[in-house]
Amino acid sequence: MNQQIISAAAQGAAESANPLVPNPWEMGVVLAGFAVLFYIVVKFVVPMFEKTFAERAEAIEGGIAKAEKAQAEASAALEEYKQQLHDARAEANRIREEARAEGAQILAELKTKAAAESARITEQAFAQIESERQAAVVSLRSEVGTLATTLAERIVGESLSDDERAARVVDRFLADLETQSAGAAK
Amino acid sequence: MIALALPAQDSGTFTPPGIDQMHLPAILPWGASDGFSKQMLLVILSVVLIATFFILAARKQQLVPGKLQFAGEMAYGFVRNSIAKDIIGGRDFMKFVPLLFSLFFFILVNNIYGAIPVIQLPSFSHVGGAYVLAAVVYVTWIGIGIKKNGLKYFKLATVPSGVPWYILPIVVPIEIISNFMVRPVTHSLRLFATMMAGHLIVMIAGSGIEFLVMQENVLLKGASVLVLVGAVAMYMLEALIMVLQAYVFTLLTAIYIEGALHADSH
Repeated sequence: MNQQIISAAAQGAAESANPLVPNPWEMGVVLAGFAVLFYIVVKFVVPMFEKTFAERAEAIEGGIAKAEKAQAEASAALEEYKQQLHDARAEANRIREEARAEGAQILAELKTKAAAESARITEQAFAQIESERQAAVVSLRSEVGTLATTLAERIVGESLSDDERAARVVDRFLADLETQSAGAAK
Repeated sequence: MIALALPAQDSGTFTPPGIDQMHLPAILPWGASDGFSKQMLLVILSVVLIATFFILAARKQQLVPGKLQFAGEMAYGFVRNSIAKDIIGGRDFMKFVPLLFSLFFFILVNNIYGAIPVIQLPSFSHVGGAYVLAAVVYVTWIGIGIKKNGLKYFKLATVPSGVPWYILPIVVPIEIISNFMVRPVTHSLRLFATMMAGHLIVMIAGSGIEFLVMQENVLLKGASVLVLVGAVAMYMLEALIMVLQAYVFTLLTAIYIEGALHADSH
């Protein structure tokens, strides 16, 4: 059976046309078909796809550019804001420092002023007291004699202007003094 | 179905189908040995299919693609970026995208015919189509080389730089033979042979199953299941090879074009 198969196959191969010999009509159809396809591809398919690709790339790149611009703007705004904040902080610090310095100065001034005022007031008081004392001394000087005399007059109850009586009083006074001293001597 | 074309067989011997059975009688005039064949019809159909699909897919040109447009863009982008751009390079690959694109999908669709029941005839299992495409590519890359470098191109392509002068008498003939004579032959026969072999395997498996089923012996009838399992596995392998060969043919075209463009730096 094997023999038969092999012989049949060999016979078939011998009868076969050479597979490497082409059919010219088939070649023509393939060439024409491929030419038509190539023409359609060159004319329509590739340009249409490329146009779509280009448009899409442009759209995406445009979007990216827009986003990048927005990003740049946002970061610029942030930077500006940060700068402003920093400036404001510095300004506030400066103002605070100034206020503190000013306050200290005002306080010092007030202290000096108060000290000067108190000194002035003390001095004035001293001066017033002195002048009042002087005035008192003067008035005392002028009034003490009169007052003493008046007082003496009242105490004595009589006018010492009567010379006789005055002499008598003095005598009596002297006598009293003598007796007192005699009694003391004894 | 295949058995219709086979010579009458008795139940004792198995006559495998051969090359002749791959060439079905012509459609117009019906049954003639030389005329408008199924293969020609399929080639024309493939052009219509590819053109229709990609024009429909590309027509809307929306920035956010629909399903059809997305599929078209994926397919187009594969040839454009993974073959043309990667091999030929970013500067002047766009000029060759149409050729590579047409080649890839023309071969792909014509190959996949072999995996579709009823159609089941890869167009390039007939050698003529493969010769034509390889010739188109051959003329193209030699033309590019001459246009780019003038007649000096033939020197650039056959005399490798940096080779000592005493080896040149051996190297130059080898380069001439490999670049200008063997290259188009392998380019076309690779496609043709893989498709023909695949087609032949499917045919033999089919007729083998039929032969075994027709046997009176039950064990022999049962053995047809084994052949069927093997045939399905081979079918899967063939489907892979069909896609792969379209890719390989296009990739080699891109490599030849790149070699011709940059002959001075090779």
